[in-house]
Amino acid sequence: MNDAPPVRARGLVKRYKEILAVDHIDLNVQVGDVYGFLGPNGAGKTTTLRMALGLIMPTEGTVELFGRDPLREGAHALEGVAGFVEAPRFYPYLSAQKNLELLAALDGNGAKERIEEVLELVELTPRAGHRVGGFSHGMRQRLGIAAALLRRPRLLMLDEPATGLDPAGMRDMRALIRRLADEGITVLLSSHQLPEVQELCDRVAIVDRGRVVYEGALSDLRRQGGAGYRLRSTDDARALEVLRTQHGIEHVIGGPPTPHTMHGLSFQAQESDVGALSLALARAGIGILALTPELATLEDLFFRLTESGEAPQNGDEAGKGAQAVDVGAVA
Amino acid sequence: MSSVATASPAPAPAAGAPSRVHARRPSTLTAYLWELRKLVSQKRTYLGLFLAAILPLIFVLVQNLHAHRGHDQGNIFASHITQSGLATPVLMLLFLSVFMLPLIAALVAGDIVAAEDGNGTLKTILTRSVDRGQVFVAKALAAMTYATLAVFLSAAVATVAGVASWGFNHVVTFSGTVVSAPEGLLLVFAANAVYLIPLLAVVAIGVLLSTTTRNSAAAVVGTIGITILLFIVAQIPGIESIKPYLLTEQYENWHGLLRTPTDWTPIWHSAWVCALYAVPALVAGYLVFLRRDVAGG
Repeated sequence: MNDAPPVRARGLVKRYKEILAVDHIDLNVQVGDVYGFLGPNGAGKTTTLRMALGLIMPTEGTVELFGRDPLREGAHALEGVAGFVEAPRFYPYLSAQKNLELLAALDGNGAKERIEEVLELVELTPRAGHRVGGFSHGMRQRLGIAAALLRRPRLLMLDEPATGLDPAGMRDMRALIRRLADEGITVLLSSHQLPEVQELCDRVAIVDRGRVVYEGALSDLRRQGGAGYRLRSTDDARALEVLRTQHGIEHVIGGPPTPHTMHGLSFQAQESDVGALSLALARAGIGILALTPELATLEDLFFRLTESGEAPQNGDEAGKGAQAVDVGAVA
Repeated sequence: MSSVATASPAPAPAAGAPSRVHARRPSTLTAYLWELRKLVSQKRTYLGLFLAAILPLIFVLVQNLHAHRGHDQGNIFASHITQSGLATPVLMLLFLSVFMLPLIAALVAGDIVAAEDGNGTLKTILTRSVDRGQVFVAKALAAMTYATLAVFLSAAVATVAGVASWGFNHVVTFSGTVVSAPEGLLLVFAANAVYLIPLLAVVAIGVLLSTTTRNSAAAVVGTIGITILLFIVAQIPGIESIKPYLLTEQYENWHGLLRTPTDWTPIWHSAWVCALYAVPALVAGYLVFLRRDVAGG
């Protein structure tokens, strides 16, 4: 056994001529993490995963899986590691069974004996003899999970595993990932499904334009979002004026509806100041329809981090002093 | 996947990180055998083999319909075609060796890496427990196996069809010497084996192009294009000094076997000339494959 972390990337850079796809990314995935890897399209997530799996070479920097560099150690570095980048790909002219037999042969270590088990797990046993070319996207995703589990991974790297699944399939995929994590598998999950990440992940890295804008515990990130409140009133425009003049009320967001805001206002405040605010609103003749505390959702924070360009401090530093993060829009 | 979460238990992972002791990994032979199984499972594989088999049959059929007597076409085997069925595989090797067999070999060699890159399965197999070098060697060997199979399939079909039409009789060599039918049969297959020397060099070029272009069509066309280019270059007057070193000139290396006594000179010459083409191509392809980015699919 070794104590090296499942994933440790330092200064990863990938440049395609003039395009800087990944810009000095550091990642630290610890044993037992369910680690969310988030970012908009083109942020560099998939490129980073490809480098981690040794599929593409970094322009600069290093990445190690359990202390092994895939570039230097090749397949040795992938022992205990499984997953897929983008969609899992299989030979369309071979059956699911044959595809898994092929991959098991390339895995060794008794992987062939696990084929039946993993097919059962992803409920593809009845289709095992069918050619993968006729499979739906969701079935291929499930086969991708089965192929990964053949390797008895300690680290599972999944790139958008729920893409293309119907709601029930997405729910079950989440349950499967949670269960695998509960059984001790470290999971690195790249996903656009923010609720999925919020539900599953305990630590996240958010990348934007090739750079990590946050890495750390999800709970720390949400805490940095500050204690937020949401207000719906009989007159939001006048309520906005009251909020802006009220002592202790900060980061007031609201006004005309935007793509990310509907009606209402959000703001940060201490609980003690909220009482004074409600009185001030009443004195101004503004009725309060709803005044509710809200913790910033991952979606709020994600958009804020990736669209405003404002970076909070990383989670590892968050405990040293909370930094207010503007919660942003009212959903 | 409606109840996947409640299905049978997942394979239980061992606690902690993997040890530094490397697990037993699959051999290159395993990867090679799976490359062959993939080829067997693809319809396009059979296109080349079909061509290799059908052309001798068409040739024999046409000869039976229109030429019951031998022709004097400046080739002793052509003039003796109706006297021994063993002349047929020799003539077919003569006809197919310049373009058709290189084309058949290129169909798979040019496709074997590029196709997997294009459909994304290359990244699937490169994230398992085999090294890139093993995968490349397995693919190159599979492409060579296919070319070998195509050559001997063509020879076998031509021999069977020729013998069925004109008998298993003695045959006359390029030197005019008569050899017995069994010896003639041995020489036919030896000639095909010797022809494999330049053909495997063509395969090596195809695998290199398949690795570097990442495009099956470009690699197949490029491989054939190179052989055609060399063939044209060989026709240019004034370059006689380099002609013996052109790959396409080695396609006739097997003629030495059908002379009495056997002329080994063109065979040895072609062996090292072809190595000059094949070895750099394979080494370059190997090195490119080891270091290349795999992002297709």
